[in-house]
Amino acid sequence: MGMNEAKLQEILDQYPAKVQKNRKKHIFIKRSDVESQQIEANTRTIPGIITNRGCAYAGCKGVVLGPIKDMVHIVHGPIGCGYYAWNTRRNKAKSDDPKQNFINYCISTDMQESDIVFGGEKKLSKVIDEVMEIFHPKAITLSATCPVGLIGDDMGAVAKAAEAKHGVQVLSFSCEGYKGVSQSAGHHIANNILMEKVIGTGDQEEAPAKFPINLLGEYNIGGDGWEVERILKEIGYHVVSVMTGDGSYEAIKNAHTAELNLVQCHRSINYIAEMLETKYGTPWLKVNFIGIQGTIESLRNMALYFDDKELTLKTEAVIASELARIEPIFDQYKKICEGKTAFCFVGGSRGHHFQNLFTELGIETLLAGYEFAHRDDYEGREVIPTIKTDADSKNIPHYTAEVDEKRFRLKVSPEKLEELKAKIPLGEYKGMRFDMKDGSIIVDDLNHFETEEFIKVLKPDIFTSGIKDKYVIQKMGINSKQLHSYDYSGPYAGFNGAVKFAEDISMGFASPTWNFITPPWKNQPLLEGTVTEEGVA
Amino acid sequence: MLDCTPKDITERKSGGIINPAKTCQPIGAMYAALGIHKCLPHSHGSQGCCSYHRMHLTRHFRDPVMASTSCFTEGSSVFGGGANLKASIQNVFHIYKPDVMAIHTTCLTETIGDDVSSIIKTAEVAEGKLVIHANTPSYVGSHITGFSNMTKAMVSYLAESTSPEKKEQANIIPGFVNPGDMREIKRLVESMGIEYIMFPDTSGVVDSPMTGEFEMYPEGGTTVEQLKDTANSQITLALGRFASSDPAELLNKEYKVPVATLKTPIGIKATDALLMTLRNSFAREIPKELEIERGQLVDIMTDTHFHFHGKTVAIFGDPDIVTGLTEFVLSLGMKPIHVLTGTPGGSSNSAAGSFEDDINDMLKGAGVEANVKSAGDLFTLHQWIKNQPVDLLIGNTYGKYIARAEDVPFMRVGFPILDRSVHSYLPIVGYHGAMRLIEMISNALLDRADRDAKDEDFELVM
Repeated sequence: MGMNEAKLQEILDQYPAKVQKNRKKHIFIKRSDVESQQIEANTRTIPGIITNRGCAYAGCKGVVLGPIKDMVHIVHGPIGCGYYAWNTRRNKAKSDDPKQNFINYCISTDMQESDIVFGGEKKLSKVIDEVMEIFHPKAITLSATCPVGLIGDDMGAVAKAAEAKHGVQVLSFSCEGYKGVSQSAGHHIANNILMEKVIGTGDQEEAPAKFPINLLGEYNIGGDGWEVERILKEIGYHVVSVMTGDGSYEAIKNAHTAELNLVQCHRSINYIAEMLETKYGTPWLKVNFIGIQGTIESLRNMALYFDDKELTLKTEAVIASELARIEPIFDQYKKICEGKTAFCFVGGSRGHHFQNLFTELGIETLLAGYEFAHRDDYEGREVIPTIKTDADSKNIPHYTAEVDEKRFRLKVSPEKLEELKAKIPLGEYKGMRFDMKDGSIIVDDLNHFETEEFIKVLKPDIFTSGIKDKYVIQKMGINSKQLHSYDYSGPYAGFNGAVKFAEDISMGFASPTWNFITPPWKNQPLLEGTVTEEGVA
Repeated sequence: MLDCTPKDITERKSGGIINPAKTCQPIGAMYAALGIHKCLPHSHGSQGCCSYHRMHLTRHFRDPVMASTSCFTEGSSVFGGGANLKASIQNVFHIYKPDVMAIHTTCLTETIGDDVSSIIKTAEVAEGKLVIHANTPSYVGSHITGFSNMTKAMVSYLAESTSPEKKEQANIIPGFVNPGDMREIKRLVESMGIEYIMFPDTSGVVDSPMTGEFEMYPEGGTTVEQLKDTANSQITLALGRFASSDPAELLNKEYKVPVATLKTPIGIKATDALLMTLRNSFAREIPKELEIERGQLVDIMTDTHFHFHGKTVAIFGDPDIVTGLTEFVLSLGMKPIHVLTGTPGGSSNSAAGSFEDDINDMLKGAGVEANVKSAGDLFTLHQWIKNQPVDLLIGNTYGKYIARAEDVPFMRVGFPILDRSVHSYLPIVGYHGAMRLIEMISNALLDRADRDAKDEDFELVM
């Protein structure tokens, strides 16, 4: 048991030379006796490798835009891209105005061969006209798929003409699937345009209630966002907007009124967090509402930031009452989980976040990694200035936010900010490596081959990943849990989520079904007899 | 639920789709390729395509779906994907060791015009390994077209005539159906004592057993030897015109293997037609056991006809499946008043002829007036149902939103089914499949009747 450099090399040696050279840079074994351990991340996946990664379109439309419920999201392309991103991600939404909740709709231009040959702009503008006539939305997004950029459709021009014609905002996202190296490119593209064209267009100058915050990078998978909001509201916070789970166009327009931005998924939304600080002077706090301790720490850090006696007292009161309620239940599940080991390979943030819950349940994470993260998500934000821009990241348009002279306001004094920064992760994220134990493995863009090989060596009790891995792992007789879709369960965030997660994970370990894998006839000879000196009796 | 869908139907001329009833070619090609033994499907395009297709197939089958991708970046989109594909071929055979790599294209690689057959010819392919490919532009047809195109590629790349004499064996192309259906079709043919090659055959691949070991290439799938031998068969049965007739016609054109294009054997009439074709082609009598099965089915249909007769149904899904289901519900005396497929081709008067004509012919024979549409979407279907409500909705999982919005009993049949399990293991084809369909229809209708009955009308025996 256990991984060391030699065993790692043995695994890598099975690759063709070029692949080996490449993959070696994406994997390291954590050592705390060295100051830094560099990983290669956010670079191209090698062609032919069975990767878990998706594309820029998936990151833009699928992840960031899709959850905004009161906008109609039109996908410009052949049918598949729209179809696969339709109701598959579990970003729940509810609305007081069901006639303006488009979350269950999939709208595609369904490009045909003639559109590829002669261009799809006219068709796109006709689809916008129909959408306006049928749905009367307040705003529309257009997301590009691979052929759009290749044939040179000018979606921006179509959007502009449609805005003039219909008098609503029509946002165009050039998130063709081949841009960047993964979903991550799409997050960035979506962030830029939401920042440039939506955030700050609301007419509110101040939030209507005390302690206004935005919750960034929370997609309400399985209702996570609702659980976090429940806790925040109970303490007395005013949630201005959530980006983008159960998100609303109207709310995002007024996101500038928040006094603090909370960043849950650092990878997908740190761009907006940064730009909000530049433009409006609103600091951002890295939070993690996954895990009981993570939730408590996040709440306490928020209280420190706002530095209000009543708020702090209420924070502690809520923590105490929630703990009293959930701890006895959580501890029951802990008995089942204690001593087990896990692999945790998810997304661009959850690969780190969920280790909290594993630790609290007494499960050791032996291997963790992200599908589409950048070096800072592994090594911490201090490496950002040293990350080289390569050809694949250069083709994602860069948007620089500028100071909004009218609305920029320092939320806390520079001195106070420095003082806070020493105590809480304001504008700071230390990355996955920081929290992992020595000897554990960190892998970027883990692929199928490595998954099998690492399992052979480390034999984890549970592997948390996505649907493409799930049944591969279960065939091996190992408990597997989807941490993208939560296996259609959830929420897993906040206090209630921790309990739900503990329950679900325990169920996976305790299920009697594992006991049936070996048929009874496999361990029993067909004919029973006794062996005598002469032979079989 | 779906509160933004108005009852008033306005004509939509844009060609855009709201809530699709089809998806794109590559996923069908990937599924077909899984039906070759020891084959790794490969998606020549951006990573996202491969990821989406694997995810969706995995959700439907709840089994591993392995496939690789050419991992396009902007650079490869500009300069062509030759280098990516050649690297993929090398890496796939070195690392994942399949016998066959089945490449399908995507809208990206079709738009930039990558010449995949030339790339394959100049790629280094290890001795004894095979690379085949199908062009599957996402902007033509649907996932059914993609399934057909990859199946056609199996013929064009692999079929090999070894003698002028044909063997006494049938090629059977099952179409885009579940492994449970493929097994059932094989059982029917086997019980008639007829030699056959089924291709593609995903049974044993996407319904593999739990053994405690992961097998990258499970036992199932049509072997390369069998695929070669398809050129020597005496007949090809293409089950389902949309998914199966193109590869069958190619075998006929290239190797003079006659074709019988039949409906997917859903329901009593289509199953009868399959068995009669086998009987007549091979001069084999229908075995007693199948005659008994058929008799049992007719017994059940007659015993319970009053549960179904006159009930209105809306059916949507893939054209071959919808055609079979429509025929069967008519056999039960039901009224399919809305029939829709998302797959284009075959609208009335189109050169391909057929989906709308096929359905309309059947409905005319039964005296049922209905809305019938190919290349339709679920927004249209929902509006039809709002205007003319039905007693039952039959279709894939996406129908559950309409069923909830309109409070209609819902029966899940087709691809994909994402919210229930077991469906892919059990057949809807053959006489046994028809019994299962009756059970499903009964459960849907009678559970509703029980739910809605007043206490005094709640019955023990129905």
